[in-house]
Amino acid sequence: MIQLFAFYLFATIVIASAAMVIFARNPVHSVMWLILAFFNAAGLMLLAGAEFIAMLLVIVYVGAVAVLFLFVVMMLNIDFAELRAGFVRYLPLGALVAIILVAELVFAVGAWQAGGVDLAARAAPAATDTSNIQQIGELLYTRYIFLFEAAGIVLLVAMIGAIVLTHRQRGGVRTQNISAQNRRRPEDATRLVDPGVGQGMEL
Amino acid sequence: MTETFISWGMDPTWAWGVATICGILLIALPLMLSVAMIIYADRKIWAAIALRRGPNVVGPFGLLQSFADGLKVFLQETIIPTSANRGLFLIAPIITFTVALMAWAVIPFNSGAVLADINVGLLYILAISSLGVYGVILSGWASNSKYPFFSAMRASAQMISYEVSIGFILIGVVLFADSFNMNEIVKAQIGHGLGIVNAFGFNLLLFPLAVMFLISSLAETARAPFDLTEAESELVAGYQTEYSSMSFALFWLGEYANVLLMCTLNAILFWGGWLPPLDWAPLYVVPGIIWLFAKILLFFFIFSWVKATVPRYRYDQLMRLGWKVFLPISLLWIFLISGYLMLTRYS
Repeated sequence: MIQLFAFYLFATIVIASAAMVIFARNPVHSVMWLILAFFNAAGLMLLAGAEFIAMLLVIVYVGAVAVLFLFVVMMLNIDFAELRAGFVRYLPLGALVAIILVAELVFAVGAWQAGGVDLAARAAPAATDTSNIQQIGELLYTRYIFLFEAAGIVLLVAMIGAIVLTHRQRGGVRTQNISAQNRRRPEDATRLVDPGVGQGMEL
Repeated sequence: MTETFISWGMDPTWAWGVATICGILLIALPLMLSVAMIIYADRKIWAAIALRRGPNVVGPFGLLQSFADGLKVFLQETIIPTSANRGLFLIAPIITFTVALMAWAVIPFNSGAVLADINVGLLYILAISSLGVYGVILSGWASNSKYPFFSAMRASAQMISYEVSIGFILIGVVLFADSFNMNEIVKAQIGHGLGIVNAFGFNLLLFPLAVMFLISSLAETARAPFDLTEAESELVAGYQTEYSSMSFALFWLGEYANVLLMCTLNAILFWGGWLPPLDWAPLYVVPGIIWLFAKILLFFFIFSWVKATVPRYRYDQLMRLGWKVFLPISLLWIFLISGYLMLTRYS
């Protein structure tokens, strides 16, 4: 009973807030609706018994990705009148993409329902007696080890690529030399002198 | 608690609901009270270190100072700047405050005395603490003012940087405890040090992590010496500049609730939580909650002590510490810990 109620609550909010991401006029509000959608998706994962995935969804998407979105949206000065101007021009292309996506969804659900693909034999059987984290770990590090490692390498290459693209050496920049700052002692910077009257001192 | 309500003749679903609500109230109300007292304690400790008296007028020894302050902000007018984004401006402190309370759901106060005994407890804490940044960013942006925005940028960069190393540190603890459940983590510490000391911190492999976690938790809660978000000399009052009355008070309460949470996490993850310090039968006579509170107060004293003595970091030093010192060391420590465990526990 309470699960059913929770499911419909989460599902409704996911769909409503996903729609609001598009309809909100203010881009910052859009990101906030997106965060709400992520949250409720995490709730749906919890209902499906995948608590590890739910927590990861919140940590990765809400805690990192959405923060990045928010940063970009806040810093950029997006002109919405200009964006809207192209709405009619891009409508056919957008509609085409939407139709393709819907068709793919229908095919996927249809194929699932028809049962032509023997999914049970392909997917790894789920152990039921251990916790979520252990199950995922056992599958990732045994059956799917190559895929897992390949994904890791792709991410590493992407990360190095991003650094290479943005890293540039600029001349004439003063940077902090932390170890030199830490090595500095009072004797290096200060000097105690006792000048005679009327003599002054040389610096 | 659910069983008690069922034994009183309640329907199991209702009993669960009532028990959960009672549990929430049992945690949230004393938490608010202790936040009020901890603000007083913070000011007293700070004053004592600076050879001042601190609050001493309202009530005996000034004990009621926080309540007087609370009443004062409650009676003030909530001012919303005209060019602020109204909705987000008001939601931001609510997010900060709610998130500060939410994380307490998985904190074990004694063996089994936990509101939600879930097996991803530590991940839940990470997930919730990563939300704390939204209250700050939104308040900075919605205020539509220069200083709050700078402060929000600083705060979010700081929180994200330190969350990364906190995540790695927590993995070290999880590897030793073999569980993400907070209660299991506490129980794994029984007799961990030399078979007598109930703490992960006495393990030579985990002690550096404990120190790094303490420093990271100072940075995560934006306490001195990492309080760049509220650096008075540069940013007025940081992201709280435009806030007044209850909306300010919610930030204030949320901040201290977060400080208490971080002290509690330090106590639970590295220093035995509700276990007595030594695995010696007579010490178990004292209820676990008292041991936990003693440890929390000890860490809170350290937090205040640091606040009173250590000068503020420069921003580049803060970022350097997070990314160039803590991150590589904590990553290295994961390798060391897993290598050690492979050689000893799993070989």
